[in-house]
Amino acid sequence: MLEMRKDLFADERDDNLNEVGKGSQRQDMPGHVTARTRFFDDHAFDGLLHLKVVRSPHAHARIRSIDIAAAARAPGVKRVLRGADVPVNKNTLLSLINFGKDDEPTLAVSKVCYKGEPVVAIIADTEAQAHAARKLVRVEYEPLKPVFDVEEALKPGAPVVNETYPGNYFEYHERFDHQKLRFGDVDAAFARADQVVEARYQMSPIEHAPTETNGTIAAPEHNDRYVVHSCAQGLFFSLGTTAKILNLESNRLHFIGGTVGGGFGGKVDSLTEPLAVLGAMLTGRPVRYVLDREEEMLTGSPRGAERIYVKDGVMRDGRIVARHIRSYFDAGAYTRLSSYAAIKCTAHIPGPYSIPNVSSDVYVAYTNRCPSTAMRGFGVTAVDFAIEVHMDRVAEAVNMDPMELRILNAYRDGDMKAHRRVAKNTALIECVQVAAEKAGWPLSDTARRQTSVASGGAGERGQIPATVIDQRGQIGRPDTRTGGPTQTLPAGTTRIALSKEPVMEGARDGRAAPTQVPRYEPAPRHEPARAQPPAYAPQPAPPAPSYQPASPPPAPPAPAPSPAHTQHGAVRFSSVFGTRRR
Amino acid sequence: MAKHPVQFRLNGSDRATFVDGAENLLNTLRRGLGDFAPKYGCGQGTCGVCTVLVDGEPHLSCLTLAVACEGRHVETASGMADGPDFHPLQAAFMDHFAAQCGFCTPGMLTAARALLAKNPNPTRDEVVEAISGNICRCTGYEPIIAAILAAAGSSGARRA
Repeated sequence: MLEMRKDLFADERDDNLNEVGKGSQRQDMPGHVTARTRFFDDHAFDGLLHLKVVRSPHAHARIRSIDIAAAARAPGVKRVLRGADVPVNKNTLLSLINFGKDDEPTLAVSKVCYKGEPVVAIIADTEAQAHAARKLVRVEYEPLKPVFDVEEALKPGAPVVNETYPGNYFEYHERFDHQKLRFGDVDAAFARADQVVEARYQMSPIEHAPTETNGTIAAPEHNDRYVVHSCAQGLFFSLGTTAKILNLESNRLHFIGGTVGGGFGGKVDSLTEPLAVLGAMLTGRPVRYVLDREEEMLTGSPRGAERIYVKDGVMRDGRIVARHIRSYFDAGAYTRLSSYAAIKCTAHIPGPYSIPNVSSDVYVAYTNRCPSTAMRGFGVTAVDFAIEVHMDRVAEAVNMDPMELRILNAYRDGDMKAHRRVAKNTALIECVQVAAEKAGWPLSDTARRQTSVASGGAGERGQIPATVIDQRGQIGRPDTRTGGPTQTLPAGTTRIALSKEPVMEGARDGRAAPTQVPRYEPAPRHEPARAQPPAYAPQPAPPAPSYQPASPPPAPPAPAPSPAHTQHGAVRFSSVFGTRRR
Repeated sequence: MAKHPVQFRLNGSDRATFVDGAENLLNTLRRGLGDFAPKYGCGQGTCGVCTVLVDGEPHLSCLTLAVACEGRHVETASGMADGPDFHPLQAAFMDHFAAQCGFCTPGMLTAARALLAKNPNPTRDEVVEAISGNICRCTGYEPIIAAILAAAGSSGARRA
């Protein structure tokens, strides 16, 4: 039963709730119980065609040749599609908000980067005919050495997974090889801590396994449009992605959906929409492309695996004085939403604790595994798992009750967080107190008396400490990636590097062709010219070809960030990520 | 491919259609007869979203040949309501918030209906057993169990 604890934070809200705490019937419930609810596949069309794809049997291979002749002649086959038939056969999901480079083909052309990658699509009168014709497609592969481990992938000489990112890491703002957080001086704090507790955590990829598999039915409509019954969780996201890949005005796409038979994050990738609509365009008939259960489990993108190293400096009394986190997010073969996951991960560090010295380095690494995507708090869930297990380890190390340790280190209203934002509406202490009470877990009187609303922000807790910064992670400066600290910022200041201005990609309103324009303006003239990264050039050689000599001088530390200098991508894009609201 | 005629009673109405020899009941209902209550979830008989009643017995329609239903009574969740009035199980599912995404709901209702037809006053364990072949990936089993027990206790439950 729902229990409303109105005694907590009573002064922080107007207690005039009209719906919370009361039963209220959902409007979709009658449809669900009468089976009148229409999911994407619950639509009848005359002359419905069925699309099935031929998938790569290799984790990493060069495609030598594709022979579709026999498949095209097979009974019932209406059309066989290859990469060349896809108008814009390279995309990245977040290109709709100008984030990242197009790196993923709809149908593979020159190489396959994970087992199950689509190579050829077959459209036939029946599913059985499409399945049968699938076996007649001849693809000749030259297997390449795969890499499946995130840290192996980042080592020099590792196989290049995704030729758009030859270093096997996502390039943030075409400038950084990882997401970075620096607050205070962790190394100095480790040196003076009574104990240092360090551990490695690994999460596996997790398949969402929705009961309704991914799928789409697309059909020509009147007025030269296409109606698209889609499983997408983000219907307009999928519409924009489809419009871009098909080089089609978005107002020619009539997406219908929103009723999703279980998504959990696994239906944001537009796995089926573009090919189904392309099929309808090329055949003039309704086309249904639905993953079967095996495809859903093996090739539907999972939650990305993460490897996380946590290192805490702890005092004898249980105070955590430093936390360093190094994390590797396994994107699989293509970016999809992993670049965003690492931002969320960084934004969550160091968890709901007030720690005076924090640093983190979060990498998005490409491996020859199925591309990963959103899933219920992705980016945060794994690092939270690592942090909370680590809290128990720390409690053990200092011989302290784990609940008491959390209350001791919990953040409170007014504390300065590692992201230079003041903590507000914090409630970890109260949550732990209630959990302990429910579990019959004894707490000391001191722990029971604590509250989130008092003594936060006192003294140093409310201040931005003097912060050691370094150049590690800047693309083009491999010699400094493992180098030591290089600068210390004065307390209370934040350095935001001068950067290239992001440029808008232009007409997304259905007029101009979505093309692969550069995401950024060239470097400003006063900086030395950068070597052009050979982004799309086949690059079988070991990574690091995009490095340049460490010639550009480090940007001068700005005494105080002026508005004109806050146009760095991290700020510009964060309205989407919700990390920096003003 | 040669088509076979097949005729059966679907939710009280006589229906006839032509099927391929190997066509399963799920496809026949959905694509042939336009009853979209049974869903495709796995095609392997593991998830239960395609559950229908054949002569009152729960069957996985993805593993049932359409031609095997010749002359039989097939019932789906589409036929549960009595005109505009909800079946007691449907009403109980609504009251107990026993559907989240709704995709497993028709199969769940059908499995529960088969249980209550045989055993109007099941124990909790019997309810759990009866829906053990139906996966709810939103993991809302507790409200579903509560709804089935509540429907069993309601006066109209024996109608099932």
